[in-house]
Amino acid sequence: MKPDRDVGIVGWGAYVPRYRIRSEELARAWGRSWKRYAAGIMVEEKSLPGIDEDTFTIAYEAAYNALLRARIDPRRIGATYVGTESKPYAVKPTATLLVEALDIGERRTTGADFEFACKAGTEALQAAIGLVGSGMIDYGLVVGADTAQGAPGDALEYTAASGGAALVIGPGKDSVALIKASLSYVSDTPDFWRRQHERYPAHTRAFTGEPAYFHHIMSAARALMDQINTSPEDYDYAVFHQPNGKFPLRVGQKLGFSPEKIKPGLITSYIGNTYSGSALIGLSAVLDIAPPESKILVVSFGSGAGSDAFHIEVTDKIENVRELAPKVMDYIQRKRYVDYTVYARNRRMIHMMKDFSGY
Amino acid sequence: MVLERTSIPLYWRDRGIKYRLLGGECKSCNRRFFPYRKVCPHCGSTDVNKVNLPRRGRVVSFTVVHNAPRGFEYYTPYVIALIELKDGTRLLSQLTDVEPDEVREGMEVEMVIRIHRTCGESWLIAYGYKFRPVLKK
Repeated sequence: MKPDRDVGIVGWGAYVPRYRIRSEELARAWGRSWKRYAAGIMVEEKSLPGIDEDTFTIAYEAAYNALLRARIDPRRIGATYVGTESKPYAVKPTATLLVEALDIGERRTTGADFEFACKAGTEALQAAIGLVGSGMIDYGLVVGADTAQGAPGDALEYTAASGGAALVIGPGKDSVALIKASLSYVSDTPDFWRRQHERYPAHTRAFTGEPAYFHHIMSAARALMDQINTSPEDYDYAVFHQPNGKFPLRVGQKLGFSPEKIKPGLITSYIGNTYSGSALIGLSAVLDIAPPESKILVVSFGSGAGSDAFHIEVTDKIENVRELAPKVMDYIQRKRYVDYTVYARNRRMIHMMKDFSGY
Repeated sequence: MVLERTSIPLYWRDRGIKYRLLGGECKSCNRRFFPYRKVCPHCGSTDVNKVNLPRRGRVVSFTVVHNAPRGFEYYTPYVIALIELKDGTRLLSQLTDVEPDEVREGMEVEMVIRIHRTCGESWLIAYGYKFRPVLKK
């Protein structure tokens, strides 16, 4: 897909909470051998929210950072979208909180939350590209953020993490990175879901691999590269959705991308899988370091299932804005380890007496 | 449920204050104050402009709350600090992302938005400003 007029990224920003839990500690809590059970997924620790954080507070800081780099008046933004599968409210948009907190568009903005498992953020990005590309709006704000749920004791608990990233999308002439083309690929593939009113998602273990993650990412990536006549050699960086540390490298290898092109954007090993934030935090980490004229392939994956693929080219404007906000690595390096007890408390897995008064 | 619920009209009215540090700038005595009010608390003038106050400041003084008022028990122990913003305006705020024994007078802090309280699982989630040690100087 290509818009009528050039569209690009005007500003980007990320946020990762301060707290980490080691996967060894998660294994200890459930009496499992970490080496046998969890070492293979290549996620040694993951981020978790502070006791007062949720998807909105994460989205807010990521979006604030993106606006610092975009250097535009937030009142010029005409679309505000939050992609997440951990909405603070089942019914009540996170986007309107963001509009109010960032003083966006003098309230004359479309605002909505998108849900598509881990690709909700890039799904929102496709919508924003369409609106900016058609000239309906000048700027759009897109956020992918999650405080991902993994059931206690389940395999997902070792990766389900918290964090988010935001992009300000605008006309090509203002952009630090042009989005030259994009493509989406979806099918009904039930690899992971969460039913209404359930606290934790269900998943189909090995089925989440070949027919889900690998099939959709490879289909979207190949179709996009065919459409615009590019090949893996044309790209300097590749960012794939990161449910664990090994899948992105393996899918890259299958497509023909060397690990060197993937590792700069592979941050799941440090913080776990931030679901809707995952691919966009990876892209943010690449934008934090990519020199002008770099070409980036981004392919997200969301269970259920689908992938969005983007061909992005960095412009020379990027050097002017890189230092205007904290980088992904600034957040990754800021950390405090907690044990399973504090983890359970921060994740609100502990239910209080309704009239608890403390003493 | 004994827990006192957040008043929706009050929360809604104050959302600029809670989310954006909306303060007042008095055109009569040239002083700023927080939160925004129609009447200047310094000189009584009603010639007051709305202004989003600076997000950075320093801790002037602080205390650690162990025995919290109803609705805030889940967050104890937490720190309440008197903060002087870059423009000299002072306000009271919770600190976050910091352990009580790490807080010092003079510590540089910046505004973030966090959950203030939740009032059970069915009522409003009340968000608002808190301050944390500056991430990047």
